[in-house]
Order: sequence, then C-alpha cells, then structure tokens
Amino acid sequence: MNQLLPLFVIVPLSATFLIMIFGRFFKDFNKYFASCVLLFLVVLSFYSMISLNGGLSLYKVGGWQPINKIPIGIYIVMDGFNSLIVCIINLIGFLVVFYSISYIKRYTAENYFYALFCLLIGGMNGVVISGDLFNIFVFLEISVISSYALVAFGVEKNELEASFKYQVLGGLASFLILFGIGFIYWKTKTLNIADIRAAFSNGYDKKYYLFVQLLILSGFGLKAAIIPFHAWLPDAHSSAPSPISAMLSGVFIKAVGIYVIIRLFFNMFEISEGMAILITTLGTISMVIGVFLAIGQWDIKRLLAYHSISQMGYVVMSVGIGMILVSRGLKPEVASLAITGGIYHLINHAAFKGLLFLNAGAIEYTLGTRNLKEMGGLAKVMPVTSATSFIASMSISGVPPFNGFFSKLIIIIAAILARFYLLAALAVIVSIITLASFLKFQRYAFYDKPKNPMGSEVKEVPFPMVFSMIVLSILCLLLSLLVIPSVREVILAPAVNILTDPLKYSTFILGQ
Amino acid sequence: MKGMTIIVKKTAQLIAGMIFMYGIYVIVHGHLTPGGGFAGGVIMAGSLILVILSHGTDFFSLVKEEMGTTIVESAATICVILIATAGFLFGTKVFFNNFLPKGNVGDLVSAGVLPLYNIFVGIEVAASVFIIFLSLIIFKEESPK
Repeated sequence: MNQLLPLFVIVPLSATFLIMIFGRFFKDFNKYFASCVLLFLVVLSFYSMISLNGGLSLYKVGGWQPINKIPIGIYIVMDGFNSLIVCIINLIGFLVVFYSISYIKRYTAENYFYALFCLLIGGMNGVVISGDLFNIFVFLEISVISSYALVAFGVEKNELEASFKYQVLGGLASFLILFGIGFIYWKTKTLNIADIRAAFSNGYDKKYYLFVQLLILSGFGLKAAIIPFHAWLPDAHSSAPSPISAMLSGVFIKAVGIYVIIRLFFNMFEISEGMAILITTLGTISMVIGVFLAIGQWDIKRLLAYHSISQMGYVVMSVGIGMILVSRGLKPEVASLAITGGIYHLINHAAFKGLLFLNAGAIEYTLGTRNLKEMGGLAKVMPVTSATSFIASMSISGVPPFNGFFSKLIIIIAAILARFYLLAALAVIVSIITLASFLKFQRYAFYDKPKNPMGSEVKEVPFPMVFSMIVLSILCLLLSLLVIPSVREVILAPAVNILTDPLKYSTFILGQ
Repeated sequence: MKGMTIIVKKTAQLIAGMIFMYGIYVIVHGHLTPGGGFAGGVIMAGSLILVILSHGTDFFSLVKEEMGTTIVESAATICVILIATAGFLFGTKVFFNNFLPKGNVGDLVSAGVLPLYNIFVGIEVAASVFIIFLSLIIFKEESPK
C-alpha cells in the first residue's frame, strides 16, 4: 500500500483554499505557491510511477477493510495505466502554471485563476486514481465545474457564450453518467469498479447491460469530445485563456474522457465485440471528420481544437482495434501492439498539443490576434516560439524523428497486422492532411510577409513562457525514446498488460 | 435595495437568531438524526439571508461581508482537509481515519471525528450559500439601472 496516493488529491485541494485565503493578503503568493505545489506533484507522480514497478497499488481510504471480500470503503487504485496519466496531468499542469505567471497578468482576478487551476488538477487526479465509480463522478464534477469557470475567465461575449454551451453539454454528459451509474448500482448493489465486474460476471440481462454501456459511453464520450458529441469543444477550447486551452486540450479530455472510457470498457464491463466495433467506428469518424473540419479554420486556436478531436480519434480507434482483437481472442500480440500505439499517442498528444496551444498563446500575447490572416513574418522576431511550434507541428503531423511519427507508425502497423486495411489507409491520409494544415499554420504565422507593419512591441515573450515551451519541445523529442523496446517494456508495457488482461485488475483488488 | 417596514425588521430580528440556533442544532446532531452539515449549513445561511432581505442592502457593506465570508469558507474547507489528514498520524495511519474514541451510540459526543466534519462542513455550506446570495445582490447593485 502506497501511503502517498491520497496526496494527489489532498495537496491540490488544500492549495486551492490556501490560495483563496493568503492570496488576498500577500501579492504574488498565488503564482509561486501554485508552481511549487505543481512541482511537488510532478515529483510525487514520477516517484509513484517508478515505485509501482509495473504492479498495482491499492489504498483504502479511512482504513475500511472489505467484509466477506466485498469492498465497502473508497478505494484508490494505481496501476501502470493511470500512473502514466497522473504523470502527464501533473507535468503539463506544472509547465502550464509556470507559463501563466507571465501570461495571466493581463487578466484581473489572478487569485481565482490559480485557485481554480489547482481545483482542476485535484479533480483530474481524483478521477484518474479513483477505483470507485461514484468518486469518479464526484471528482469529474469538481474538475468540470472549475473548467466551466476557467473557460469563461475572460468574461467577454465569446467566452461567456462558449462557457454556456460547454455547461449545457457538460451538464447533459454528467446527467447521462449519473444515470448510468444509478443503473449499475441498482443491479449490482456496489460502486467499486472491480466489484461491479465480479457482480456482472454472475450473469446479467443483455439488453440492460447494453443500455448501461451506451449511457456511459455517450456520457464520457461527451467529455472526450468524440465526434457526434464534439460540438462544445472548438468553442470552449478556443475561447479559454491559452494556458487553460493547453490544459483542456492536452490533458483534460484525456483524463476525464478517454481514460475513463478505456478503464471502464476494459476493466469494468466485459469486452463485447459489438461495443468494440462501435468504439472503433466512433474513433475513426472523429479522426477523419475532425481533420477536415480543422483544415479550413483561420483562427489558430480553433484549428488546434479541431485537431484535438482528430488526434483523439487516433487514440480511440487504436484502442478500439485492440479491444476487437481481445474480444475475439485472436492475435494477442497485435492487440497489445494496438493498445500500446493508442496509449503512446495519448502521451505524445499531451506534449505536442499542450505546446501548440502555448505557442498560440504566445502569438496572441504579442499580436493580440488569433486570426492567421493577420499574422506573418513572426519567425524573425519570435525565434523561440517559431522553433518550438515547428517542432510541435512536425510532431503532430507525424514527421520523424519526433514522437508523433512513432506512435502513428505503431498504430498503422497494428491496424495492418489486424487486417483493418481501410483504417490504416485512413490513418495515413489523415496524417497527410494534418501535415497540410500545419504547414498552412507555419506559413501564415511565421514565414509569410507581415500583413500589418509590426511595431517594436512585437518581440519574444517573457522567460516563464519561453521556458515552458522549450521544455515541452524537448519532451516532444524525448518521448520518441519510448519506442525503444527496453524503455517501452518499463513504461508502456505495464499499462498495456492491465488492459489486455482485463481480469487482472479486479482479481487484484478483490484479493486484497 | 431599501429595507422593509419596521414590523418586518423586528420580526426578522426575532426569528433570525432562532433559525440560526436551529441550524446549529441540526449540524451538531448530524450523526444522530437526519440532517447534518449540509442541511444545517443551508438553514444557517437562510437566517443570514433573511436579515439582509428585511433590512435592505444599504444597511450592510456587502463587499466587505463577501470578503470575510470567502475567508471563512476557505478556512472551514481547510479544517475539513486537516482533520482528514490528521488520520495519517493516529491508529491505522490512513487518510480519513476516524481516530477519536467512538463513545456510546446515541450520545451527543460520540462517533469519533464525524461531528467535527459535520461542524466544518456546516460552516462551509453556510458560507458558500451566503456567498452565492451576496454575489447575486452585489451584481444587481453594481449593474447599471
């Protein structure tokens, strides 16, 4: 039992309320305190991942022991998969909060920004490490409600409209999720994910099961912005302050959307082929339609937001292929390759999409516009932003030697080996269109002639912003090392094992 | 917003204290009877809201009230987290450990740390419901007629 696990929730939550109190009296307390807290969480998350050593770790909150092997308390579970997600959340969170030190100065009410940001982090950490369905819902609401407020942080017309749209669809999603949880609790009389698996394994009504699965899939699909449920994402992610866009697009939709879908559909529900095909189809549709919606955009942040939908489509499609193979019991090594590709792309996407949004924020910070048609020639005046955004653009379009190339390669190879030739071809085509739209971004923003004469105020952004962008671009390069088999064995293999062998999770928890 | 007539004001003054006491009663008996921190907190906030509605907003300096309430709210939440974290130090050394003696079932002082949680949750809920009310009023006062 790892004693440090609850700290992932305690520390950001207490930081939120400490900032609310002391931030009012001491100037600059909020930004440095929030940075220190996030730095501590980064260290803690990497320490937890390393000390886990490929196994599972369970924490019983309040010390409630199971009775007759039935878990009654709240369980916090950490395994190979969610330890990776926790690392991403806290690492990107730290870089984003460091970036905000300069960026957020132009808004009033900085105090609320840092408090809400810590709340967002606490909520996401809670969703990811919780082993209990209702706690997932509670922490989901914590993080989602703070993200509503953060999206509307500019309090202009566009921001408020985007936040309202987001709240309506988010409320709908929460309703569907709660409804689904209620149905599960009605039948199984338990909320523990492992125990629900065990309860359903004694036989169930097929139609009821399918109904619950569809409720949960559409609820979390709304949070993950998979394509029929994507309407809120472009508005919300483009209207939020740029650091928050980076957080929402880079981490949030993964932690509360994709992660929960993968966790529940592998480890809680029994994998069925029909559901796996549905998930793969949704992923493919998002991948293809997302990129076509993206390429025509002239607002940088809207373009990036649509690309988030498309890239999440890659992840969902790849994991879905793995799910189909696991459900058929065929080619276990190809299934694990497909899931590896999905998880690898998930990690990579956090790095490059976070970086791209920070770049967009840097451009907006200096020029005050997000319209690509009004930019140009920034490569000379903003060398760091230009170089880092070039790295991120090449990563997302899958150009070697950056990380995006390797994860897309694994996904495509897995699709071919699993004989889904159409999906492999679509993945390649979508990647090419992604490259095209990012070449457009590079050309119009950095290399074309300036449309308006630039004054002397157009220069490189301050140090904290530059620092975060450089670290993330180094990360884009370093993450390609994960493709090396010995590194992959240590970091990605535990995450894949817990998914390809779905019963391992519940047998471990119920055995404690 | 102007206050109401003297009859309403006097009645509100008489009743508000009793409502507040009832809120405290619901909170401290939270582990014995239905109710508890949340319900009691809302009742306490109700008594404060009653006073503001009857006396009018001119009588109070609302922005100052709002700042104080925010601090009370945050402090109460921190107290809840502190009690939960104190579980790390005693007994089985886990988060949310109920480390105080449990006492007899039905006594007012029993159930370990649960009454403490109820009290701080009550303060927190009272403060946050009151803050929502204050924010709405301040918004209305500040917005142009």
